[in-house]
Amino acid sequence: MQTTFPRLLLEQARLRPRDTAMREKKYGIWQVTSWADMAQLVEALACGLHQAGIVRGEHVVVVGANRPRLYATMLALQSLGAVPVPLYQDAVATECIFPINNAEVRFAIVEDQEQVDKMLEIRDRCPQLTHIYYDDPRGMRNYEEPGLHALDELVASGGVFATGHPGFFREQIELGEPEDVASLFFTSGTTGNPKGVVHTHANLIDRARAGIAFDRLTAQEEVLAYLPPAWIGQSIFSYAQWLVAGYVVNCPESSGTVTIDMNEVGPTYYFAPPRVFEGLLTNVMIRMEDAGAIKRAMFHYFMKVARRVGPAKMSGRPVGLSDRLLYALGNVLVYRPLRNSLGMSRIRVAYTAGEAIGPDLFTFYRSLGINLKQLYGQTETAVFVCLQPDDQAQADTVGVPCDGVEIKLSEDGEVLVRSPGLLKGYYKDPKATAEVLTEDGWYRTNDAGIIDAQGHLRIIDRVKDVGRLKGGPYDGALFAPKYVENKLKFFSYIKEAVAFGDQREKVCVMINIDFEAVGNWAERRGMPYAGYTDLAQKPQVYELILECVEKVNADLSEDAMLAGSQISRFLVLHKELDADDGELTRTNKVRRGFIGDKYRVLVDALYEGRSEQFIETQVKFEDGRTTTVSATLKIGDARTFSTMKGAA
Amino acid sequence: MSKKIGDVILDVQNISLRFGGVKALTDISFNVREREIRSIIGPNGAGKSSMLNCINGVYQPQEGSIVFRGQTFSQMNSRQVAEMGIARTFQNLALFKGMSVVDNIMTGRNLRIKSNLFMQAIRNPFGIGGAQREEEQHREFVEHIIDFLEIQAYRKTPVGQLSYGLQKRVDLGRALAMEPKVLLLDEPMAGMNLEEKQDMSRFILDVNDEFGTTVVLIEHDMGVVMDISDRVVVLDYGRKIGDGTPEEVRSNDEVIRAYLGTTN
Repeated sequence: MQTTFPRLLLEQARLRPRDTAMREKKYGIWQVTSWADMAQLVEALACGLHQAGIVRGEHVVVVGANRPRLYATMLALQSLGAVPVPLYQDAVATECIFPINNAEVRFAIVEDQEQVDKMLEIRDRCPQLTHIYYDDPRGMRNYEEPGLHALDELVASGGVFATGHPGFFREQIELGEPEDVASLFFTSGTTGNPKGVVHTHANLIDRARAGIAFDRLTAQEEVLAYLPPAWIGQSIFSYAQWLVAGYVVNCPESSGTVTIDMNEVGPTYYFAPPRVFEGLLTNVMIRMEDAGAIKRAMFHYFMKVARRVGPAKMSGRPVGLSDRLLYALGNVLVYRPLRNSLGMSRIRVAYTAGEAIGPDLFTFYRSLGINLKQLYGQTETAVFVCLQPDDQAQADTVGVPCDGVEIKLSEDGEVLVRSPGLLKGYYKDPKATAEVLTEDGWYRTNDAGIIDAQGHLRIIDRVKDVGRLKGGPYDGALFAPKYVENKLKFFSYIKEAVAFGDQREKVCVMINIDFEAVGNWAERRGMPYAGYTDLAQKPQVYELILECVEKVNADLSEDAMLAGSQISRFLVLHKELDADDGELTRTNKVRRGFIGDKYRVLVDALYEGRSEQFIETQVKFEDGRTTTVSATLKIGDARTFSTMKGAA
Repeated sequence: MSKKIGDVILDVQNISLRFGGVKALTDISFNVREREIRSIIGPNGAGKSSMLNCINGVYQPQEGSIVFRGQTFSQMNSRQVAEMGIARTFQNLALFKGMSVVDNIMTGRNLRIKSNLFMQAIRNPFGIGGAQREEEQHREFVEHIIDFLEIQAYRKTPVGQLSYGLQKRVDLGRALAMEPKVLLLDEPMAGMNLEEKQDMSRFILDVNDEFGTTVVLIEHDMGVVMDISDRVVVLDYGRKIGDGTPEEVRSNDEVIRAYLGTTN
């Protein structure tokens, strides 16, 4: 049945009026909004917004953290046929100018003083932005800008209007159609201006349902909404699926209390990017290192048991009796308390996505009995494209196509998707739309992938970064730099890696050691070092990294398509790659091209077969001063392996 | 953005304080108006903390008097001062390190707790005697302070485990729990990094602005003082050498010589 978000709200309010719709922690207590309260709040907001002059089809920006009143505002806007445009709350003011002007936004509804300041700052460049409403009045008492009001005023006046016009709200909702535009999500393009991704109610609701059906989610789920609402994933988990399934969404007290709040809520359905899982694991490990000897021994022993038994158990494969008993004991002594302290006791379904997750990290959570899985999707596909079934979760795939989705690979390995959740187009950008949507309805993901024998999709890199080897034994073979780099980075000793190989006969790599991990390793061996540069040049460190590289090669050789990407030669860089030096992007991704140019002598040395190379580099400090570091770097060969299944 | 500065709320008249033969303060007079931020600056040993301690009743000056809201005192008594609505924070922090943030701030409610020891002893979940309900009201007040100071993530953390900057914030929180009319801050930004200083400045301005609290502040960081103060008193060797708006003080020759340094 086709429906819209406001209709779903009314439906939930009718089905379960007294049940909790949202919780928000305020003054140390979880404050509850029931579905009936939510519907009432949305009605008041919708009436208030109508009085303020919102018209059908217009775009309204909503900026702030996850707060019930901001979600209610989005529903109120949709009730009136307007389109909420969530923007990232941590974006700087100037980044908001393009979306606001592009979508001709007159109204901004924001969380607090910080966001109000941003809107006021850009007002002169966005002349049509005349109305600003804020949710939190803290610090706002001395603002006397025209058009600036508290959301409270809107709720109050809207409430009065609603009493006088009891049928208005429902009439407005009835006017909305499933094919109407529901939301506009701006995606940060790597080049040029961000693009507004247009999604209809039907798109988003269809995908929300597919996800719910896949994991059999119910109204009993608890979700913690802690990622930015402007990210489509959060919007799916704490808005679209919330309204479809009728579960509880919990809004944390502040960004600093997420861990505490998660512990109190005990979510059953959880999403986090890999770096969050990594951070949690690191925390556990640090705390275990500080624990007493008995506890530590117990932890390490049972984690070994968990790694052996847990994954099989999670996937429903048979496990021997003694292992079953050991695991049960471990569960009482270690796994259950650990799950509890992570706030993951009640998790039924946890997802990670967005970037590659290391196999050790992935296995850690699954072996503890946490159903961590991967999914694949983009803003343009309303998230759900591929999902891993509970018994087929692996670190290196992203799962099988879910309900309603078709995928195929183009000739150059690009993943193409056909699904009811595809974007309607980019807002006011038919050219960009035509680039990604083919005439027969396929969406180009820009991701290069492989579909394995079990039908699982594996993403290897962005299409534009995938290259080909030229000459040598693997002439014409696929070269996926990020795939190689990620495999290296899964080792804790390696912080960054930069792989070269496109249009060359072999793959060579520059590696950045992880100062903390390698420093620790050196200290345990009683190896003195004077700093990063010194440590990075130690022959023992080179040997350590060599081992990692050869393991990666062994791994790559097992895959016929990727065997050519094995690393022939490598060096360990003398300085950390840094965004201040332009070597990383601000989001800490390596800028391969820039690094290739900056360290041309090193690249040449790698390919010319030299065994060492002198390099001098300028380093910029945060305060703008510069200095130079120089070193003579060792360059060696790594063992490569012949392909098991024959070269591609 | 203009705030309403009111009449004189605290008037310090001809205060002199001696420790044996050491003259800590000599004939100091200045006043503080309602809702203003008044700073006391001066080099090390100028008598800033001593001045605050006189107002606060920790030291008893040998000469002079202090007029607070129309009442004249030749000596202040620290409990009486607290009851009259003057709260302070300490340069070296005087928090209960083993107690949680919530409990530390709760101690600031001490003077406002009405139920006596006996009533608290029969504290029970049925609300008999009212001690339970009273505690909940105070706890709620403390929660508003926690929210105001943005320390929700540390409610249950023992104060000793917090960074110095956060401890300073808890110290401020405890003073605010007294709902003071006048807040005395003894170097609230000492030992902080730039970001912590900016946060603390914002909190001081917000306290002053949102609650209308009068603030008397000792601070070393001249940038901060000049930015947030309405008026500044300058002390040097226990004497007052300057008094006025930040601009006036900045251009006062004697102040420049004593404190900011000269280049001749």
